[in-house]
Amino acid sequence: MANPILVRAQTAHGVTTVACLVKHPMDSGFVKKAGKLIPPHYIEVIEFTHNGKTVLTGFWGPAVSRNPFFSFAFKGGKKGDTVGIAWVDNKGERAAVSAKIA
Amino acid sequence: MRRWLLLLLALAAPVAAAAAPNPAADRAAFQGWFRHLFPQLPLAKYVDGPYNFSASERAQWQQIMELPPYGFAVDHGKALFDARFPDGAGYASCFPHGGIGIAQDYPQFDPKTGRVVTLPIAINRCRVAHGLPKLKLTTGDLADIDAYMVRTSRGHKIDVVVPDTKPALAAYEAGKEYFYSRRGQLNFSCASCHLQYPGHRVRGDTLAPALGITASFPIYRSKWGNMGTLVRRFIGCNKNIRSAPDKPDSLAYRDLEYFLTAMSNGLPIAGPGARP
Repeated sequence: MANPILVRAQTAHGVTTVACLVKHPMDSGFVKKAGKLIPPHYIEVIEFTHNGKTVLTGFWGPAVSRNPFFSFAFKGGKKGDTVGIAWVDNKGERAAVSAKIA
Repeated sequence: MRRWLLLLLALAAPVAAAAAPNPAADRAAFQGWFRHLFPQLPLAKYVDGPYNFSASERAQWQQIMELPPYGFAVDHGKALFDARFPDGAGYASCFPHGGIGIAQDYPQFDPKTGRVVTLPIAINRCRVAHGLPKLKLTTGDLADIDAYMVRTSRGHKIDVVVPDTKPALAAYEAGKEYFYSRRGQLNFSCASCHLQYPGHRVRGDTLAPALGITASFPIYRSKWGNMGTLVRRFIGCNKNIRSAPDKPDSLAYRDLEYFLTAMSNGLPIAGPGARP
């Protein structure tokens, strides 16, 4: 896969912690290489779902780092449930992945 | 009388060492020095480098390692490693055991060319042998292939052999001299920081001990935002002390890596690593 997402989701005491590492260049559009601007290329929306229901929507932008790491927690997840991650970037490229809560 | 004799022996020992290079004795002294500095720290822990000395940095590192930032590099390196050259061969054909789990044996001394060959240089040699151009030795694809090969060797005990031949011992001695020689505007040697002051801070960073420092390379450095080989770090170190860095494939860096890795014999490979 061209744009892999690594996910880890764990639940303890009723709280599920989701951590992910997203492979993306996240070019801001302000950096020059050999005198030319690298065109902007960054994730605009990233959505985290739990069993298909959205639990977190992130509106990212050019200020987020390359290959970003992101982690958050939510209540109500159970072992074996599905956590989904999907993003869309400013070029319309998409990637999605789903993982089971451990 | 006995005390005089001991003193005489103590004086004679370094002279004898200078006369004939003795890697085994050097290693015993080197590792002994660190045992003296940190009596509580087990030998195998040295590969964690700066994280041994700061609980907060260690906690952050452990959190980072849940999803290691070099993961993408290792996957990319594996894809490159498994890809075939135009002539049908692959990287596996250039190395013993198909290139899997062999990083602990590098750097090696090549008696044919009379030079030290590090793992990244061996990868480039393999490319040249199959008619492909060399890759950059500091970062990029080569660091990724290196990362994959080192990943398959994790836990293997470092076992660098310094053959008892004149050219091999000369390369070893040159590396040792580089390590202990002061250079640059700040007049620091490698040893000034990594032997004298490991665990202390230079501004925001914790100095890693020289023992086991090579075991985690290549590393993903947060400052770089990508992978880098040991040579990339050498160049960075030289710049930090305001000395002109050598070329990535220079004899100086090869010999230095040879000496430094030989001093860590017996420690497990822990690479690829993540550093701040």
